[in-house]
Amino acid sequence: MSDTVKNTALFALVAVLIIWTGFSQSWNLALQILNMGLISAIMALGVNLQWGFAGLFNVGIMGFVAVGGLAAVLFSMPPVPEAFWAGGPRALFSLLVGAGVIVAAVLVMKKMAASRKRNLLVVAILVGGFFLFRALFDPAVDAIEAVNSASAGYMGGLGLPVILAWPLGGVLAAGVAWVIGKTALGLRSDYLAIATLGIAEIIIAVMKNEDWLARGVKNVSGIPRPFITPREINLQNDPGFVETVTNLGLDPVTASSLYVKLSYTLLFSVVLIILFILAQRALKSPWGRMMRAIRDNEVAAMAMGKNVTKRHLQIFVLGSAICGLAGAMMTTLDGQLTPGSYQPLRFTFLIWVMVIVGGSGSNLGAILGGFLIYFFWIRVGQWGPDLMYFITSGLPDDSALKAHLIDSAAHMRLLTMGLILLLVLRFSPRGLIPEK
Amino acid sequence: MDFLNALVAFSNYVLIPAVAYGSQLALGALGVTLIYGILRFSNFAHGDTMAFGTMVTILFTWWFQSMGINLGPLPTALLALPFGILGTMILVLITDRMVYRFYRKQKAAPVIFVMVSLGVMFILNGLVRFIIGPGDRRFADGERFIMTAREFKHMTGLKEGLALKTTQGITVVTAVLVVIALFWFLNRTRTGKSMRAFSDNEDLALLSGINPERVVVYTWMIVAALITIAGVLYGLDKSFKPFTYFQLLLPIFASAIVGGLGNPIGAIAGGFVIAFSEMTITYAWKKVLVYLMPESLEPSGLVQLLSTDYKFAVSFVILIIVLLFRPTGLFKGKSV
Repeated sequence: MSDTVKNTALFALVAVLIIWTGFSQSWNLALQILNMGLISAIMALGVNLQWGFAGLFNVGIMGFVAVGGLAAVLFSMPPVPEAFWAGGPRALFSLLVGAGVIVAAVLVMKKMAASRKRNLLVVAILVGGFFLFRALFDPAVDAIEAVNSASAGYMGGLGLPVILAWPLGGVLAAGVAWVIGKTALGLRSDYLAIATLGIAEIIIAVMKNEDWLARGVKNVSGIPRPFITPREINLQNDPGFVETVTNLGLDPVTASSLYVKLSYTLLFSVVLIILFILAQRALKSPWGRMMRAIRDNEVAAMAMGKNVTKRHLQIFVLGSAICGLAGAMMTTLDGQLTPGSYQPLRFTFLIWVMVIVGGSGSNLGAILGGFLIYFFWIRVGQWGPDLMYFITSGLPDDSALKAHLIDSAAHMRLLTMGLILLLVLRFSPRGLIPEK
Repeated sequence: MDFLNALVAFSNYVLIPAVAYGSQLALGALGVTLIYGILRFSNFAHGDTMAFGTMVTILFTWWFQSMGINLGPLPTALLALPFGILGTMILVLITDRMVYRFYRKQKAAPVIFVMVSLGVMFILNGLVRFIIGPGDRRFADGERFIMTAREFKHMTGLKEGLALKTTQGITVVTAVLVVIALFWFLNRTRTGKSMRAFSDNEDLALLSGINPERVVVYTWMIVAALITIAGVLYGLDKSFKPFTYFQLLLPIFASAIVGGLGNPIGAIAGGFVIAFSEMTITYAWKKVLVYLMPESLEPSGLVQLLSTDYKFAVSFVILIIVLLFRPTGLFKGKSV
């Protein structure tokens, strides 16, 4: 069986699984899985760039995805002028002051000769700068949060079209990745893992607590939709649309929701295809060969005059940018930003399972893994309780054990995913579609 | 008098909790550092193994409680602790046999080990939530306080009270005993010496006839004991929640790295450095400062440097600073 046939068969299998969901459950669910599958595939592409091309171990995918989501709010939500004028300039100015303090400290550190005096000066700049920053920043935040806190309480966004916010989400994530990469790359591989794990937790903590930025745990909802995606209610009020779908024998409410989901599918597919083509070209270019050479033997690559740390930083930033892009797309699809819903097991480790199962180093594999694993993640969550009902059907209905088992069945999917990861790593470490 | 009040407030809100928390982190970091020294990878399943051990202990505690067995003023969990340790030892030995040994034989790269430990983490995470649920559990019983704030005020006549929780006392005493036992084991026994030899220079150790599999088994057993104790102490002091234990991974790693990975003394020092920084930076200092400053200068705000939600940021920033300026940690650890 040639590779093409095998790969086509694998993707056909995914298609069959999704279509089967459509027939047996509902087309809404099937499209939902398809859309999230597309987003997961993009995230997996980003992670594959880092891990498959360069062997970098990023355990902070959640953080980059969340930054992308934040960007969707910051760039596309309509501004809240009242709140902005209440404290916006002050807040922005104090953020600049904060950044200036850090730059000053770094400059002193770099320019002055190493001595006790220099270290004391750096500490003094940082401590003094921190208090200055807080003194400027806190009142500005209070002012912003005081404005209409039930519905706003934040500065709003720039009001740009949401599609523009997607690449900007990637840029924001790239910025964060640059800072992390600058510190942790070039040290041993575990350190990057720990540093990314930490930054992801901190990003989520910031998003939960800084209400002035994006309302924190109060969530931002009603994120604008891309231009091709109408609101369901407008479709249902559109006589032309209602007539067309009634002629097709569909209920207008279901049809409008399907229409919206399909328009997202279209947009996401375009993004995925563009990224896939770019990633394939990168993989086959001299740059991609250099990356794989570095991955396979750093010392030899260094001997050939390649700057390993710089190349690592480059690809780490690129991969994180793709995760940020996917994060912005996901927030757009959800229509809201809910910092409380970012769980590392869902947004970091699940993506890893996708990359490993699909085949690390192969872009097609990452995409396949994205669809397949997301499908199983959703369906195992539904099958678990069903299975548990079946297993415990012999127990009396009022048994505490039965109730407990059925309640806990939802956690089966963590176990299943861990098991899949371990089994693939052990018995088929190259994944479903291996790297050539 | 005011100075004494400030001192008491400081001890009550910062010093004592930080010492207890630091001891818990130190025990956890000792586990990370031992695994790193002997098996040479960062074990991401650490937090969830800790949750597993604590869970087993809690189950035994409940069982003992239902039978009416208790330790009087001490928490019943102490009685259940040996069983928890035993359960965790069995678990880690099984995972080692079924998962890690294969990669050890293959001499896989450290990053593969880390990834495999992620898989183990996933499974343990699911297992713990499956058995005991994702919610918050309190399992401390017995006397709550060694000394309550009111007793202290009555005794000394100061305005500020100093409370000492039983769990804090137990934490510190247990941690000291465990650390003494561990160092005695590492420095005085044959097995301990072979472990250190293996950690220092693997080839030389193999050459002198040390059985690597035996060293690995002992390491896992010691680590299981350490983290179960750390987990139970943390759970007694605060409460048990699987997700919190997963999150403890960050401060524990930070402690181990700050102290110098692979260096046991460093792990203990690192634990206290992280705990004290977290506490001092997220504590609202107003309560202490009002006693120290003249009335006109009294602070109007809470004087809290960072809100407690950012306590992970503190360990992270310390971690970054150490990585930037001293990648081998405060005490000389391994660096690659």
